[in-house]
Amino acid sequence: MGLASLPARKGAAAVVVTGITGVVGVLVALLAMRDGFEATLGQTGHADEAIVLRAGANSELASQIAREDALLIARTRGVSRDAQGNPLASPEVVVVANLPLRSTGTDANAQIRGVGPQAFALRRSLRIIEGRAFRAGRRELLAGQGAARQFSGLAPGAVLMLNQEPWTVTGLFATGDATESEIWADAEVVQSTWRRNAFQSVRVRLTDPDALSRLTAGLAENPQLRVEASTTQEYYATQSLRLRRLVNFLATTVASIMAVGAVFGALNTMHAAVAARTREIAILRALGFGSVPVVCSVLLEGLLLALTGGLLGASAAWMVFDQYTVSTLGANFSQVVFAFQVNGTLVRDALALALAIGFLGALWPALAAARLPIPEGLRTR
Amino acid sequence: MRFFSLVWASLLRRKTRTFLTLLSIVTAFLLFGFLDAVRVVFTQGSAQAGVDRLITTSRISFIQPLPLAYRERILAVPGVATLAHANWFGGIYQDRRNFFANIAVSPAEYLAIHPEIALSDGAYEAFLSRRTGALVGRELARKHGWAIGDRIPLQATLWPHKSGSTTWTFEIVGLMQAGDERARKFENQMLFRYDYFDEGRMSGQGTAGWYIVKVRDPAESTRVALAIDALFRNSAAETRSQSEKEFNLAFARQFGDVGLIARAIMAAVFFTLLLVTGHTMAQGVRERTAELAVLKTLGFDNGLILRLVLAESMLMVLIGGLTGLSLASLTLPLFKTFGAQLPPLRIAAESWVAGFGIMLGLGLVVGLPPAVRAMRLGITEALAER
Repeated sequence: MGLASLPARKGAAAVVVTGITGVVGVLVALLAMRDGFEATLGQTGHADEAIVLRAGANSELASQIAREDALLIARTRGVSRDAQGNPLASPEVVVVANLPLRSTGTDANAQIRGVGPQAFALRRSLRIIEGRAFRAGRRELLAGQGAARQFSGLAPGAVLMLNQEPWTVTGLFATGDATESEIWADAEVVQSTWRRNAFQSVRVRLTDPDALSRLTAGLAENPQLRVEASTTQEYYATQSLRLRRLVNFLATTVASIMAVGAVFGALNTMHAAVAARTREIAILRALGFGSVPVVCSVLLEGLLLALTGGLLGASAAWMVFDQYTVSTLGANFSQVVFAFQVNGTLVRDALALALAIGFLGALWPALAAARLPIPEGLRTR
Repeated sequence: MRFFSLVWASLLRRKTRTFLTLLSIVTAFLLFGFLDAVRVVFTQGSAQAGVDRLITTSRISFIQPLPLAYRERILAVPGVATLAHANWFGGIYQDRRNFFANIAVSPAEYLAIHPEIALSDGAYEAFLSRRTGALVGRELARKHGWAIGDRIPLQATLWPHKSGSTTWTFEIVGLMQAGDERARKFENQMLFRYDYFDEGRMSGQGTAGWYIVKVRDPAESTRVALAIDALFRNSAAETRSQSEKEFNLAFARQFGDVGLIARAIMAAVFFTLLLVTGHTMAQGVRERTAELAVLKTLGFDNGLILRLVLAESMLMVLIGGLTGLSLASLTLPLFKTFGAQLPPLRIAAESWVAGFGIMLGLGLVVGLPPAVRAMRLGITEALAER
């Protein structure tokens, strides 16, 4: 009932549907951006992997660890060892280089990470998807596939000038997390090219997820070391905190303002829809239908239109934005690449919002319809 | 505007509908105001930057230090008037969340090159005579309850003290105020002396983070920038010189294409608004078919009817749009904490102009179809429908 006359009011119905499509589409796109960013940085760290930085430093760029200290850190208890008995620890040096972006041709900060021989054993998810790794002692680069997508000139075989030295790109790697945004090279070579004598961090595999306290205690016992250890999970979560808050704030503000606007729009059209049906509703009531079925029919119409709009908006956002890749300024003042993620929870939340808009938009007109005096309603045309 | 009261009366004909439509328009323009303020901050930066200043950083990246010895060599470049140098300190006050920019500068030079910084009384002399002295922005001081004479500790993140401690203590000797629009960012910053910093830091002595170069003639700035960079080509530390505006823009752009995101959202919002308002207007005119026919019978010509209906939609969009933009400009100052290093958000003149343009366009697009319909209305058919 009521819905049968919907085709007669195609225009009004289309307006409600489009309005909600717009709101839901924008909301899903913004939240997919937030979720993609969270997922990329959330997956980057591990609970059983620790990063050791100079005490007080809040990022690798702010940290410095002397060569001899790096050796001491690797031998601290709590650090896991490989089959040969060597500690699973990689002293790493991080530099930032200006490279041209593929999209605009303007320079952006690329993160170049010089790693020790154990780095590949430490990153369990790392796969070389094209070419080969760099060789020790050579000016060779292994680029993350995110970095290769973002910056031009990072194809295997290409030569690029970094700090006035020619470097050859030997391959591409994938990890599925923020590490893909980095470009890797041999730590010793990076140090000599950038005239550095120290490392930025030491990354270690812990013997087990609870070993962080043992490592921390071990580091504290050595008076020569002024360092702090945290799990990489914690480290990456802190690094992205500010940006995550900002994106979240933006998404919520924009979406709530748009939702309020959509409620007004829906109210308006539903109101008009009820006005157009005044006579029909009056007749129904004169025939003995109570106010409850009338209220229900208007509400049902609002909810149905909202659901249609919500589904349209969510699928449009999914088609356009799922796996849409962008980059922003992340940890170490460097570009981090991430992909939008449209997932089930997000779509469910968006549909719930659409239904809420539909409900709020239809409630008042529905009550107005139920209160309409029958004789007056019959007289209108 | 002889017929203003007629237009007004037709708007008030269905108060609920007009009110709801107005609210939709207000919301859309409120959002437009917010997003455009963000867009302007990220894409413009021009109001913030001096046209006669260049920023010289390391070519490798802006965090790579440059030798202090470059000072004299840059000064010798023809066209260079003065210069100052600065280092990012990255200190933290109490909690990491209290982020603000704290920068070690060559004191007299830095203040001379930034005439837009207005100092409290006696601050200049005190800053130049007190090695541990610091100037803090008025807004920053208010936020933390600091007063002149206070000694404040900062936790070093990048630069531990050579004593091994990570705590540096500074004495507040003056407050910075924005002398003009360009200097708003200084109200949230802290400046302290390079000599105190360089002597105290554990490593990196004799280097500067970046140079600020003032050119004699703004028209010459590109040439001077190239001349400076040519000077250090193939040296151990190559440079990149950009105008202050370009430098700010390049940095902001790295966060992503904020302008594009803002425009995409606005396009979705206005398209939706167009449909909702357009539908309402069309319906309003349809309901008044008989009235319009009566007006025509009374001798209102077609052009006048067209203008009346158009005026109605224009009036509605303008009232809603201006209310929305005004609301945005009133509420934006509440988002003060939006990144301390960014200038405060506000509705710029260009946003008002763009907003006004959108209002006119929207009013026209929304009003035109029903207006044309009203104009073409045949009197007899319209009255016969009754």
